[in-house]
Amino acid sequence: MMGNLLEHVGVERDRLHFSWISSAEATKFVDVVKEISDKVRALDTDKKFAKEYTK
Amino acid sequence: MDTCIEKIRAICADLLAKGEVQKVIGFAEGSIPMASRPIAVTSKDDVEKLVFNATCGLNLANYVSDALPKEGKIAVTAKGCDSRNLVTHMVENQVSRDRLYIIGVPCTGMVDKRKIAALFEDEITDFIEEGDTLTIVSAQKKEVVSKKDMLRHNCRMCTHRNPVVFDVMAAEPVAEQSLDQPFADVDQIAAMDPEARWAHFQELTKNCIRCYACRNACPLCYCPTCFVDESSPQWVGKGQDKTDINTFHFLRAFHCAGRCTDCGACVEACPMGINVRDFTRKLNKDALELFGWEAGLDMEKRPPLDVYSPDDPDDFIK
Ligand code: SF4
Ligand code: SF4
Ligand code: SF4
Repeated sequence: MMGNLLEHVGVERDRLHFSWISSAEATKFVDVVKEISDKVRALDTDKKFAKEYTK
Repeated sequence: MDTCIEKIRAICADLLAKGEVQKVIGFAEGSIPMASRPIAVTSKDDVEKLVFNATCGLNLANYVSDALPKEGKIAVTAKGCDSRNLVTHMVENQVSRDRLYIIGVPCTGMVDKRKIAALFEDEITDFIEEGDTLTIVSAQKKEVVSKKDMLRHNCRMCTHRNPVVFDVMAAEPVAEQSLDQPFADVDQIAAMDPEARWAHFQELTKNCIRCYACRNACPLCYCPTCFVDESSPQWVGKGQDKTDINTFHFLRAFHCAGRCTDCGACVEACPMGINVRDFTRKLNKDALELFGWEAGLDMEKRPPLDVYSPDDPDDFIK
């Protein structure tokens, strides 16, 4: 529901990932992190939640 | 609807005189027309202060826990939505059933005060409700309108107008409506592309002054320290930065997931006229579609995000 809400307000769905990984599943962890990084990288830097600081 | 006020007053006077309850929570006239406000009455001589009309849009479930006496019972008048929030309160252990005396008030909807105010250029000086006819007066003119045309959006979409739990009813039950498209507003937003959706919500909250009236009016928001007030760690900045405004709104809404009754008190309270229900309505729709759940209808069940069931949808977990 969190993902759906974020998607509804216009945040890219691929920025939020859920996974169930046991401490014994090191390879799954690596795969998932890789997949997430690739997907988020493909979306480019998020500007929606970036604060604009004035110097 | 004002007709049932005599019955409400009589019930309250009787309860207070017999000492069955220590206090009654109801609505009283405000200082200006249409500004009815919550009131706690402790003496039978004060029941004349109670009113009930189409401007009683706040949710009285919000005031029960704070007003609860150390011992004994408290009576509360409850529209359909208030009663559902009372159920949520009881399910979440905020108040126990045996401390409450619920005076159920079948509801024909509350009016959208901003819509009425928009009919006038000057200040409204009088508001009279007779059945479905509303007569609203200002120094310049008098408008006679149908209450049905002036209902708040959530009341137009409401399918639980009769109290779901009560000790006594103040009137005969009203007919419930059934809707072909219960979430047309949500669907309309969902049909836009992502950037347009983002733009919609940015536009919606751009005037938010972070006064937290929406949170304070909501019966679901009873945390002793809200995440926005926490200072170590500070989850969200205090200012008007749009990032902080977004964070506040997304999180406030999500904290209501599976609990919101769409009572509209949050919108009623907002001084900037922001329809914060645009956030919670999406969650209500998902709760219904994913969990077959509408909040506050069942005293035996906890909200879906509170409990685990093997049938919970889990295709988002990879
Ligand atoms: S949401 Fe339903 S019960 Fe609540 S005030 Fe509106 S019509 Fe009445
Ligand atoms: S979020 Fe708004 S509509 Fe939902 S229960 Fe709270 S006050 Fe009522
Ligand atoms: S009541 Fe309105 S202005 Fe105040 S914090 Fe809520 S949305 Fe913002």
